[in-house]
Formats: sequence, structure tokens, C-alpha cells
Amino acid sequence: MVKDLGISLCGLHFANPVVPASGTFGFGLELADAFDLNLLGGISLKGTTREARYGNPTPRIAEACGGMLNAVGLQNPGIDALVEDKVPALRKIYRGVVIANISGFSVGEYAACCARADACEGIDVLEVNVSCPNVHNGGMAFGTDPQAAAAVTRAVREVSRKPVFVKLSPNVSDIVSIARACEDAGADGLTLVNTFLGMRIDIRARRPVLANGTGGYSGRAIFPVALRMVHQVAHACRIPVMGCGGVATAADVIEMMMAGASVVQVGSENVRNPYACPEIIAALPELMDKLGIDKLSDIIATV
Amino acid sequence: MEKRQLVISENVQVARDPLGRPTFRIVLSVPQGSSDSVGQEFREKSERSQTAPAARSLRMRAGQFVDIAIPGFFLRRPISVCDCSDDRLMLYYKVVGDGTQLLSTLPAGTQLDVLTGLGNGFRPDACREAALLAGGGLGVAPLYLLARELLALGREVTVVLGFNSAGEVVLEEAFRALGVRTLIATMDGSAGVKGFVTDAIAQAAPAYDYFYTCGPMPMMKALCAALPAPGQASLEERMGCGAGFCYGCSIRTRSGVARVCKDGPVFDKEDILW
Repeated sequence: MVKDLGISLCGLHFANPVVPASGTFGFGLELADAFDLNLLGGISLKGTTREARYGNPTPRIAEACGGMLNAVGLQNPGIDALVEDKVPALRKIYRGVVIANISGFSVGEYAACCARADACEGIDVLEVNVSCPNVHNGGMAFGTDPQAAAAVTRAVREVSRKPVFVKLSPNVSDIVSIARACEDAGADGLTLVNTFLGMRIDIRARRPVLANGTGGYSGRAIFPVALRMVHQVAHACRIPVMGCGGVATAADVIEMMMAGASVVQVGSENVRNPYACPEIIAALPELMDKLGIDKLSDIIATV
Repeated sequence: MEKRQLVISENVQVARDPLGRPTFRIVLSVPQGSSDSVGQEFREKSERSQTAPAARSLRMRAGQFVDIAIPGFFLRRPISVCDCSDDRLMLYYKVVGDGTQLLSTLPAGTQLDVLTGLGNGFRPDACREAALLAGGGLGVAPLYLLARELLALGREVTVVLGFNSAGEVVLEEAFRALGVRTLIATMDGSAGVKGFVTDAIAQAAPAYDYFYTCGPMPMMKALCAALPAPGQASLEERMGCGAGFCYGCSIRTRSGVARVCKDGPVFDKEDILW
């Protein structure tokens, strides 16, 4: 029988729950020639700040067991280029859900950028990144303290009519307390998790592999930890969760949804396989059939 | 870019550098009677399927590279293309870490997941009459395909191949077989001119209006500074996706920030900020 992959979330319709995660899919346009982007349920665009940023020096990428480290450092063209160039260009070829990922170095910067993104017709969801581990005095600094996370959420909420999802860091001792603080401050949903702060050392050169010293660890290896956090948060909060972290297969998508995710983001797997998302989406109906699932939304938070 | 499932036809050691690191030549082929391209499959499903080519040749431009998934490793390994035909790719790689070490153990018949057609490639038509090609180490590999492209355009070609020592030399006979003037420079003088490629160029004084280089960054920097003619250099950077969307290999150039994997790896001499 025909399988129903559709997901309704905050008044938006996702054709399927698979969304490339921010930072692993550029601004979508970079992959427009690789496959039909309209296969994707949504796209989370690369993290954007008020000013254009070059990011960190290279090397920014390192191999790690079961995954990779990155310290790109929020390279982006700035919020003006996002709303004036990138999103309008993407909208010419893409009909699905567009998620703008916003980062900043102060509460005011988050609010200013989100107000701009909120006014941009092509953007459906604001994803507030309080969890980037690769910039100093910004990003993760706001996502590791419940009060700071709440302050950013509140400021963004006040300037936005569109759904606000706060993207959480796993580099905390109690992710539920951060999640609840964001929910109480008015978040419509949560995306979790961002990367784990990590490091590699070149033992021949006796220096860090990454020019930045440390970087965010992601990839298949983090899946069980991310899944556990999604499960905890989804069961502790009333707002929906976009699950993220080490998702690489259709089975991972279903597992993440059973844990509590309404939408599932695929991150580093794109970096090793640019066709990861369409491959996963293509594999979902057959796996649903094997598992006796007719409607994907039926399995959300069922475990 | 396409994702192909290719089979190893040959994977043999052909040289060794003074540090004992072996150089391998690997030949990848399209499996018999297969439909191996994922990019093709998803493009055919799309509304813009008319852009998909009917026959999927493996042909690539000189200076372009492939990104090979190595079993047991997360990131792919980018390797430039030395030669290609409709159904075969020839590459050279050096065993420099765990990933290339494992690659070197894979026997003929092994299937590999390969992203093909990556990067911008050299512009052979930038040369009007005579080209100078200067490679260092395995930087000589993409220059072989470039020499073929230049010859096809009717250009004269001089190639200078630089290595540390004679035991590391690859492709010398292949270049000579093309009929191009081939000069060798080695640091220890065990083959050709003793010294850098710039020394060999100064001695031979070839006539050229455009140069192309690929090799270690210090070599290319010295070359771009020493040669008055315009030219292009193929840069190297640690890459993530290899296809321009992860922004892991960004560099600054005179015309702004550029991704080595997508906007490069080949850049105009005038554009490079060393």
C-alpha cells in the first residue's frame, strides 16, 4: 500500500521527515545540480550571523573514528545576503520547508537577525543556534546555561511570527533543564543535538589537527547519545523536537522518531555522501512496510 | 558530480619517496553492464531529468578530482585524475596516512564508492601557443591529462617533473611517449637536473606563453613568483565534502573567499594569496 511519509509541524507540512542539517548542506543551491531538492522534506540552511564571516583558518576538517570533526567557524555571507540573495534563489527551485539557522554573539544580534529572517517570505522556520562550538563568545555560550538560552529565546520570540526552534548543544550536564528553559521562554520547538566539542592531535607534528585546536564531533558514532537526549527532551517537553545527530539510514530516521523526533535532520552523513538524504527517503517506504508502519507520524515518541 | 560504483582494475606500487612512503597507481573501471550512478537515478526522478546525460562517460577535465570512500573511514579521500577514458580512471596516490594505507591493500576486483567530476580543472585554452607544465611529487599526475588536452588543441608542451630522488619518479616515460619535451629535476641529483623545478626551467629556458603547476605549496609559490608569464596553480586543502557545500576548505583569494574543492582546486596565479 501507499506509505504516508508526511509530517505536520507548527502548521507546516513536510513531505517527509528528512531534512539536511544546518552546515552540512550549504544554502541548498550548492546541491541543486546533484539531485532534485524537492525530494527533501525541508532544508536547514547554513548558520548565518549579522555580519559576513570568513570563519576559522584551515584545516577545518578532521577524520575521527565513526565520524568527523569540523571547525568551520560559521563562515557565512551575513543576514542581508541570506534574505536578499540565498533564500530567493533557493525558492525559485524549492517548494519544501526552508529553515533559517541563525547564530550570534549577543542577544541583540540574535533578535536583529531573526527579525530580518522573519520578514523574509521564503523562510518558514527560524532555527536559533545557541550551540555552535566553534566560535568564541557566541554560539554555544548561550546554549549551555538555561538563563542565557531563555534570554535568547525570549528576545527572538518577541520579534518573530514564524515558528522558532532553538537548536541545543549536547555539551551540557542536563539538557532537559536547557530545553525546559527554552520552552518556558516561548520556543515553538527544539532541534537537538548540535556537535560534541572534540579534538584530535597529529602525533607526528605534535599539534592539533584542526587550526582552531578544537572542533565539533559528529557522525554515526554520536547517534546513541543524540537519540538518548532526544528521548529525554521529547518526553520532558510539550513542544515538538527535530532530532539530529549521527543519522545515516532510514532505520536511524525511524529510531529517532520513535524516540520523540517529529522531523529528523541528517548532518555529517551528507558530507561523506551528498546523496544521503534522497537515498534515505527512497529507502523509507520499504522499511515502513517491513515494520508494519503505514503513517510515519504515528510512530513519533512511541517508545 | 556523480556518485559511481567503480571496480579496481589495478592497484600497484610504482615508486617510493626517501621517507619510504610508497606511491601507488590505481585504475578504476565501470563494472560490466551496470547502472552504477546514483546522481543519474535521482536526476531521472526529478522534473529536470532532461539535463541528465544518456551515456555516463567517466571522462573528466585535467585538474578535476575524484573523492573515494575508503571502507572503515568516515571522510572520503580526494585524488586528482591523471588520465581517463569513457570507462576508466587512472590515479596516483601516496600512502601518507591510515586511509591511503588501507586503500593500498585493496585488491583488483574491489568495488569502491567514488564521487567523480569534482572541481573546476585547468583551462588549457588560456595557453595560446606553448605551455610550460611544472609538477612536484604527485602533482605531476594531473599534468599528464592536461598535456594530452593541450596537445589536442595543437599547443606545444614542455613538462618539468620535480621529485626528491630518482626512486620517486613517476610518469616520465608516459610524458615522453606523448612526444612532449620532458625535463626532470631531483633534489639529490639522482635523476635529471639537481635542484628545484625552477632550476631545471632556468637551465632549459623553454619558450612558453602560459604555465600550469601542481605540487607542494612552497614549490608553486616560488614558481608563481619566478615566472613572469600568466599561469594557473592547483591548490591543496583538507576537504570535507569535496563538492562545495560544507565550507571546510575555504581560502582567501584576491577575488574573495573561495572553496578549494568547488571554486578550485585550480586558481589563476594572480588570484592566489600565498
